[in-house]
Amino acid sequence: MEGLTLSEAEQRYYCDLFSYCDTESTKKVASNGRVLELFRAAQLPNDVVMQIMELCGATRLGYFGRSQFYIALKLVAVAQSGLPLRVESLNTVKDLPLPRFVVSKNEQESRHTALYSSDADNPASYSGVIPPPPGRIQVKKGSVSHDAVQQRTSTDQQESTSPVVSPQQSPPTSPHTWRKHNRHPSGGNNERPLAGPGPFWAPFSEAQPGSSTSSDPIWSGHSPPPHQENWVSFADTPPTSALLAMHPASVQDQTTVRTVASATTTNEIRRQSSSYDDPWKITDEQRQYYVNQFKTIQPDLNGFIPGSAAKEFFTKSKLPILELSHIWELSDFDKDGALTLDEFCAAFHLVVARKNGYDLPEKLPESLMPKLIDLEDSTEVGEQTGEVGYSSSPAEAPPSKSPSMPSLNQTWPELNQSSEQWETFSERSSSSQTLTQFDSNIAPADPDTAIVHPVPIRMTPSKIHMQEMELKRTGSDHANPTSPLLVKPPDLPEENKMSSSVKFTSGNTVNGYSSSDSYASDPEQIGSTVTRQRSHSGTSPDNAAPPPPPPRPHPSHSRSSSLDMNRSFSVTPGQQQAGVVAYPPAVPPRPQPSQGAGPHVHRPVDAEGLIAHTSTSPQQIPEQPNFADFSQFEAFAVSGVNKEEEDEIETHSEVLQVEKPSDSASSHRGAKADGRVEDKAPANVPTSAGKGTTPLAPPPKPVRRRLKSEDELRPEAEEHTQKTGVIAAVLASQPSIPRSVGKDKKAIQASIRRNKETNTVLARLNSELQQQLKDVLEERISLEVQLEQLRPFSHL
Amino acid sequence: VLLSIICSPPQNYPLYIRSIPTENELKFHYTVHTSLDVVDEKISAMGKALVDQRELYLGLLYPTEDYKVYGYVTNSKVKFVMVVDSSNTALRDNEIRSMFRKLHNSYTDIMCNPFYNPGDRIHSRAFDNMVNSMMMQVC
Repeated sequence: MEGLTLSEAEQRYYCDLFSYCDTESTKKVASNGRVLELFRAAQLPNDVVMQIMELCGATRLGYFGRSQFYIALKLVAVAQSGLPLRVESLNTVKDLPLPRFVVSKNEQESRHTALYSSDADNPASYSGVIPPPPGRIQVKKGSVSHDAVQQRTSTDQQESTSPVVSPQQSPPTSPHTWRKHNRHPSGGNNERPLAGPGPFWAPFSEAQPGSSTSSDPIWSGHSPPPHQENWVSFADTPPTSALLAMHPASVQDQTTVRTVASATTTNEIRRQSSSYDDPWKITDEQRQYYVNQFKTIQPDLNGFIPGSAAKEFFTKSKLPILELSHIWELSDFDKDGALTLDEFCAAFHLVVARKNGYDLPEKLPESLMPKLIDLEDSTEVGEQTGEVGYSSSPAEAPPSKSPSMPSLNQTWPELNQSSEQWETFSERSSSSQTLTQFDSNIAPADPDTAIVHPVPIRMTPSKIHMQEMELKRTGSDHANPTSPLLVKPPDLPEENKMSSSVKFTSGNTVNGYSSSDSYASDPEQIGSTVTRQRSHSGTSPDNAAPPPPPPRPHPSHSRSSSLDMNRSFSVTPGQQQAGVVAYPPAVPPRPQPSQGAGPHVHRPVDAEGLIAHTSTSPQQIPEQPNFADFSQFEAFAVSGVNKEEEDEIETHSEVLQVEKPSDSASSHRGAKADGRVEDKAPANVPTSAGKGTTPLAPPPKPVRRRLKSEDELRPEAEEHTQKTGVIAAVLASQPSIPRSVGKDKKAIQASIRRNKETNTVLARLNSELQQQLKDVLEERISLEVQLEQLRPFSHL
Repeated sequence: VLLSIICSPPQNYPLYIRSIPTENELKFHYTVHTSLDVVDEKISAMGKALVDQRELYLGLLYPTEDYKVYGYVTNSKVKFVMVVDSSNTALRDNEIRSMFRKLHNSYTDIMCNPFYNPGDRIHSRAFDNMVNSMMMQVC
């Protein structure tokens, strides 16, 4: 407290007063008795008196020491002159008249302006504590005023309320005042229901940000036990008194208790609340108090308070049972009949609020909602900081659930937050794309595809990303393809498309790279959907992108197997052209060759990179195409070309895998592969085969081959081009990876096998059809002959 | 038109009454009171196997005078009675069941409240809200 400088007159006056009050000559004036009368005589509103008491530190001390008394008197003068009660004013206001105390002997006193010179040594430790101006007065007042205030408060609770009110006017001060008082209480006015602890309390909370902070430290020191007493006192005495009683125990608690106790001062509370952003915020002190109370019932902070114990405890607050029942309903969040710490704090807070005049909300305010473990705040039990951070929404508006109560990891039912978190997780983990892709992949029933299935290309979100990236890179076309693929696998309008896509995919799957190679070539033919792809293809997309090691790298694809499958697919694409029929189920007609490629890529080769990239649907595509391819592969004899293609694909896929671009490449490759396959089928097998064989080695080679095959492939040109373009790009961009090369080889070989098979099947089919054609033609001839024979008759 | 009543044993005095619309409430009270006999009869008829949820739902107690009465009993012999207007054909049995289930859940929540003494009238706001919302759905 600042040192009070009293004028001589004041000094005399105050001394007299002090002597008057100091009936026991103990140099300490208790809050009761004369001091109280004196203060009452000052004809100040109760809250002002309370404030004065707080400011002077009497509340803290529990009694009025000389300094406190002097300070209090001075503050009375200040208040009487209409100046705001501030600690600074004690010394700064020079010409205050002496405090006037009407009732008592006070002419003198009244003449004296209560300009205390603060002897302030009062225990106003508050002063130190209360740095902020508001608290100044409090500090200064020290015990004297404190005592006085306390006395007063005890005597008239209503008065106490008024002083409490005044603090409101100067919010910062009041809280401080209260605080000090609270602290002080230990001093002596235990029974002083600091009038208005309630109101003060509210101000406390309000002032939290301000003064409270300063006092917080002080407060925090105190344990809530007093609060308990307060509770008790509530039950026994007027709330205010109860609050005072708390003083000794813990200032903080007292303050809180007082505030609670002073439920009588609803006005103040309301006022206070208005200043809150969120009336339901629990301040640190309050929180600490609650926690301490909780401990008294349940030492384990992580445990529960059984309903019966809680009932007893809250019944002490003297709220009607109905209201308590409602409070319970609100606070028992998990409806388990027991209160965890957070629940308990919420309930306590609601009780306090109710006692202070707040109406109970219909719903638990967010700031009071128990936080789940997964909330960040939840870990602090007694932390007060958490409270401050409560959402500042207006009362009952649950601004944010979490912050309100740092909750221990109690078994709160999962609140929204947690649930939200869960939801996010789930969402993250499963992307729609992946899901769709899977579905699409499921379409084909190839055994190869079956193998591919396990390789969830999609599974790897990275792949998806890669695919997406690929798509992006390759162009919208890719993107489209992938998505369409995913979305409408069955959309493959044409068998060709499907086959091609399948081929691509197969190629991709198989080798990723190899397919891309083929794709590269295809895209060109296909056309322009994917310029990039084409370009890739031009540049021997296969080479460029021999998409790094086929998806192998990606765990999602069990590349080896997938590669093979891809290869077979890729092979088939070439064959497919001829054997388009075989692929119908295949992948969504390739929404785009790239797409097909993508999927292929993915699958076969771990083309994870490839797959992911190649197209939005890479995943989808691969699956579908794979399926298709596989079936085709099986159907058709594995052609050498296929193998080649597969190889290419593999290489491509590998390449793709390595890099995202490779994905695109793989997609390209896939496309290419498909293209290749298709191309091959028509009889470019040898050529493509040639290409295909090379793939493994230098990815570019397969790409080249693919390009060629693509050229041959017209129908799927577009799709392929896209894919191939992508693949090419990928291939080009990526260096072949030895490992991937190996994988590519396998994939390529597998794809080659498959393609060969497909070729065989197609060839057989072709021959059969040819045979049928012959038969039909013969019939026709015979019929014509017959007709002619008959005609002459007609002629005749 | 809907009326819910919760009656507790053994005297079967109502713990909670809510009806929509609010007129004719007395008639509904009487109806419910008379239906309690039917409920008791069904309970006694059930014998010992009263634990089943299904059995908790007593179903249509009896249709009379253009309204139907449904019953539900909990394991602790707390009876829920619901009177529905017969004109309300939209209400199916399943819906009635679900309503009873909700009632039961809310009632359980009330029971968990240590401040609630079994046998008191139910004044819980949450319970009221729940019942109101339920009734709004029907009407």
